[in-house]
This record gives sequence, structure tokens and C-alpha cells, in this order.
Amino acid sequence: MLVTGVARQLGGRFVRRIQRDPEVDRVVAVDAVAPEHHLGGADFIQTDIRQPSIARVLAESGADTVVHMDVTGTPLGSGSRATVKETNVIGTMQLLGACQKSPNVKRLVIKSSTNVYGSAPKDPAVFTETTPPKSLPSGGFAKDTVEVEGYVRGFARRRPDVAVCVLRFANILGPTADTPLASYFSLPVLPTVLGYDPRLQFVHEDDVVEVLRIASHEPERGTLNSGTFNIAGDGVLLLSQCSRRLGRPTVPLLLPAVTWAGSLVRTLGMSDFSPEQIRLLTHGRVVSTDQMRETLGFKPKYTTAETFADFVRAQTPGLLPPQAVAAAVDRIAALPVLSGGQTPARTATNPPTQSAN
Amino acid sequence: MADAKVIPFDDDRSRGAAVQRPTRRRGAGSRRKGGGEQAMARDVGTVREVQPLAGRIPAQEDVHVTRESPETGAEQPHDDADLERRVARGLAFLRRRLTGDYEVDDFGYDAELTDQVLMSLLRPVYEKYFRVDVKGIENIPAEGGALIVANHSGTLPLDGLMMQVAVHDHHPANRHLRLLAADLVFVLPVVNELARKLGHTLACAEDAERLLGQGELVGVMPEGFKGIGKPFGERYKLQRFGRGGFVSTALRKGAPIIPCSIVGAEEIYPMIGNAKTLARVLGIPYFPLTPTFPWLGPLGAVPLPTKWTIQFGEPIATEGYPPEAAEDPMLMFNLTDQVREQIQHTLYKLLVQRRSVFF
Repeated sequence: MLVTGVARQLGGRFVRRIQRDPEVDRVVAVDAVAPEHHLGGADFIQTDIRQPSIARVLAESGADTVVHMDVTGTPLGSGSRATVKETNVIGTMQLLGACQKSPNVKRLVIKSSTNVYGSAPKDPAVFTETTPPKSLPSGGFAKDTVEVEGYVRGFARRRPDVAVCVLRFANILGPTADTPLASYFSLPVLPTVLGYDPRLQFVHEDDVVEVLRIASHEPERGTLNSGTFNIAGDGVLLLSQCSRRLGRPTVPLLLPAVTWAGSLVRTLGMSDFSPEQIRLLTHGRVVSTDQMRETLGFKPKYTTAETFADFVRAQTPGLLPPQAVAAAVDRIAALPVLSGGQTPARTATNPPTQSAN
Repeated sequence: MADAKVIPFDDDRSRGAAVQRPTRRRGAGSRRKGGGEQAMARDVGTVREVQPLAGRIPAQEDVHVTRESPETGAEQPHDDADLERRVARGLAFLRRRLTGDYEVDDFGYDAELTDQVLMSLLRPVYEKYFRVDVKGIENIPAEGGALIVANHSGTLPLDGLMMQVAVHDHHPANRHLRLLAADLVFVLPVVNELARKLGHTLACAEDAERLLGQGELVGVMPEGFKGIGKPFGERYKLQRFGRGGFVSTALRKGAPIIPCSIVGAEEIYPMIGNAKTLARVLGIPYFPLTPTFPWLGPLGAVPLPTKWTIQFGEPIATEGYPPEAAEDPMLMFNLTDQVREQIQHTLYKLLVQRRSVFF
């Protein structure tokens, strides 16, 4: 088995996990930089998948399964957006070229993202795997994933004997996730778009590793693990809910101001607040996971809400911890004399202002 | 189609104001209303009582409690225990909201917020301002998916919101209506947020099928902008029903189609002109000019207090058709026409019964 993109947390976790499976003899881990975490005895080969040398590595390893995890939105350490794009697109092309040459490869797993659907107000509320996006992502990571999936479809046509599985992950969160959304949620004050409350879906890191494992083995009875699947936890959280559960206040800004602030922050290199991120935080995105359950036979351990709760536990408490807010409300409730006119008025007026908060 | 012109606006008003008809059961109520707001409220009460509707009584009790809560708060509390319970409930609600401890569904529908806050805000408009009469609520099934198809009018989509309140407050099962809205709704800030929380979603086949598949009650207004933005002279004349997509969706899911006719919404903003250039600049489908808007500024945007009637018609079953029926254009056109005719006929019938636009 050959795994790319192992220098990232998620890749490292997957490599360590997959070696415990009896079906796996040997894991060759590939990345352009040496990982900081240990790989649990996997053979690490430092090679850049953008170079043709990946073909030699694949041929020498004689791998029958290739797991391509090096499709990411953020650079690892220092790196520009151009490098990320090259790794995503050129790297995938090189890797697919190498796979096409290799007679051993029987299975290919691609880590994609639900970013391929874009986010637009004219989209249906819930995306299925076959929903065509109304507006194709114009740039950034979302466009990369669209292009990567295009090349993968071409490969699947040319090599019908290889089982190809494209996994479209919703926003990955968890105690150690290093995704752009995770860094957004760790800001002390969350900038939001005024007048929009996007619906978000999360998938837990543990579930990501587990579903990658299912996809890279022979399918179990009654399931099929080639094709395209949306992977997300059950349920939906609104951004306003997230901020309240996280205990971080939000600052609603007008859409142009958010775009401007995003580019400012990006220039300063503080956080990767890319345009597609802003679109996600404006219109939100929800995918249907029926195929994941029925065809792939995967049941996520964490729902969206549980994933977020697990993420919150690993975060430092925000400025308005939910426990403190709840305690404050309880203190009001415990007041000995509640004047009749005051409290119902509070309950009637507060929720709308809070939703604007 | 020209039949609509036999019920002109001015004629109605003069009839209602000058000629009192004691034979009509609501004649006395409408005369009293000249007195003021209080009389109007009492009038609503009397109207309610004479309505012969199944499942009416429990629904009304429910309405009563919610409606009174802000009022009693402002006045003197005569029942301490009751007030305390309400305060406790309000605080528990506040606590849940502030800590984010509530659920929304895949479409962003926030049942708790809708029930506790948004419905309570719409209810006074529904009961006191438009004094909506609901007929035929028993045509809505107690459970399972169904598609309610209604006419659309009134420049602003208040008719959809009133229909939602009508279904929720009058149906014995307190069902929630999930409305399908135009994409413009989801482009506008604030509006999209509220629409999602109220359970509305984009009018597209995917969303409608998903909701019907979940056994939800879905409301659609196939006339779209053609209906809501038509000039006042064409009131109560149904426009083309889109491409009949709602019929194929209902056929695919085997959900009954319930035609719904709404009378009264046409006159809330009599649209006498349309500033097309301004609309194009603002990127909206029409810019209404009414006798009061935009001349009186925000005051001109207050709707006229017309008296509404919402009638739900006999359901049209769609189960008997074979699966490929949804692809049959002829059948779709026929069914679309059937629904359209039924709504139009009911509209005429209600218009003939109506004594005045305002009472």
C-alpha cells in the first residue's frame, strides 16, 4: 500500500492505523517533507509527487492500493498557495500517470472534499453525489478538488480494472485537526457575515481514518467501495450555534467588509481566510450521506454535533463560555422577586437580538 | 379569465360600507368595528366562534395561551403560579438559546425558534390585522407528505407566511408547513436566515422531493414572481403555473396535491405601476408602485388591512399513477390545469361570497 501526504496529522494517523490491519503487508509512506510524527514502522520515502520519480517509487514498492491524501487546502508549514495548487493538481496527475503505468495497482482511494459543490444561494439545500453545482468554484482549493476529480474520472475510464473510490469529506474537525475551519474557530472573536447563518456539517478525524480504511480494503459483503461518496456526520449545526457552543462571540460584518478583512488577514499571513471559506461561511453547505450508509456501509461514530463538542473540548475556553452564560441565566432565575413585567419582556426580546449577535 | 373584473375593488368597499346586510352572520361584527381596535378584536372573537371547523377548539386554546403571554406580562399578573411557570419556561428557553443547545434539521429549520418566537410575531398580524378565515383545514392529512399548491399575490410574500400560520394554528396535528421559496429569498441577507429558520427552502425539485420523502407538508406557489408581482388590474387571475414541476415531484413521491386559494392578499399592496428600470438596477424582478409606496416612504410600506380567507380544497390523489407517469408531459399538463382550475374556481366562489375587501 502506498499513501501520500503523510506529513500531515491525518495522513500520519491513517498510516499508523492501517498497519494494524492483517490484510496490509507493507505501507510505503510518501511526502515531500519528512513528517514530525512517527509513522509506526511504515517505510517513509521522501519524494515530491509533483516529480516523475513517484512512478519509480510506485513501481519499486509494487503497491496494489494507492491512497492519495495529498489534496489539501492549506500549505504545510511555510508554502504559498501556488505550491499547494501544484501539489494538488500536478501531483495528482503525476500520481495517476504512475498508477496507469503500474500493472499491480488494483485500488485507488482519493481524499476529496465537499468543496466541489461550491456554496451558492441557488443550490439545493442538500447535495447528493450527483447534484451538479450551480456555480463552479472559481478558484482556490475548491477548484483544485474539481480538477483533481476530473483527472480521477479520466483515470477510471482508462483503467476500468482499478477500483476507484473518491471520498468527499465535509469539514474535518477534531482535537488535532489543522484545517482552515479549525483555525477560524480558534479565533477569539468570530467574524461572520451579517444576515447569514450558514448550515455547517462536520466529520470527525477518527471517522475520516476509519472510512479511508474501509475504502482501501476489499469491500465487505453487500457493500461497494468504489465510486463517489459524501462523508459527513449526521445533523447540521448553524454557525450561530457553533459560536455559542464554543463560547466565542461573533462580530457580524457586511459581506464586502468580510471579503476585505479576509484578504487583509491573508496578506498578513495570520489565518487562511480564503474566498471559498467566506462563501462557505455565507451560504453553508449540507450534503446527503445516504450513499455512504447504504452503499459504502459506513456509519460515522460521531454526529456533527458530537464532532464539534469533541473539538470544543480541545480548545481553550472562549470569552463567553456556555457554562458561564447558563449560570448567569440561572442566577436570574434564582432571583427571589421577579417583577412580572420584566422577565417575559426579556424572553421575548432577547432571542432575536441574540440571533443577530 | 375576464370574470375577475366583475368584482371590482371600489364596488366592494362601497357595498361593505354603505349597505349593511343583517342577514349575513358577520354583519353585526363588521359594523361594530368602526369603533376601534378593541371592537376589532372582539369581532375576531365572534367570527371565530361561528366557524364550523373540525379540530378547531384545541387549536384555539393553544393560540390563546401564546397570544396572551406578552400582554399579561405588561398588565398586572392575576395568576402568580401561572406567571411563574411561564417565566421559568422563558428562562429555560433563553438558557438553551444562549448556549446553543438546540437542534436544526438539514434545511436549517429551527422548530423551537419558529414555535416560540417567530410564530408569536406573525400571529398578531394573522389574527388581528388580516383576520384570516380558514376553511377546509380537514383536507390536510394528519400525517405523511402532501403538497399544498396556492395562488400567489400581494407584492410581498405575506400570503405564504399567513398560510404557514394558518396550517400550524388550525390543523389538529399542528403541522408545520415547509414553504418553497424563490432563490431571491436566499440571496438577501437577514431574509435568508429567517426563511431557513422558519423551515423554508429553495423551490427546486431536489429539496421538494427530499421534504416530501421525509413526510413533510410542503407548500408551493407555482406562479412565482408572475403571480406576486402582477398589476392590480389582474388580481385573482391565476398566472401560468411555471412548468408544472410541482406535479411531477408530487407524482414521484405519491404525495396528494392540495389546492389552496387565498383571498385578500391581492389587495394589501395594490400595485398600480412597476418601475422596471429601478428594479433592474436593484436586481429584483419588479419594483412596485402603489398609491402609497414609495411616496409616503416607510409608512407607504404598511399593507392595507384587508380581510383574508384561506381555503384548502379537496386533495388530488397522485398514488394511482404508474412510476413513469412523472415523465409524461401530457399528464403533467392535465394535472397542472386541473389544480389551476380548481384554485381559480374556488377564488371566484370566495370572491362572490366576500362582502367587502376590508371586512
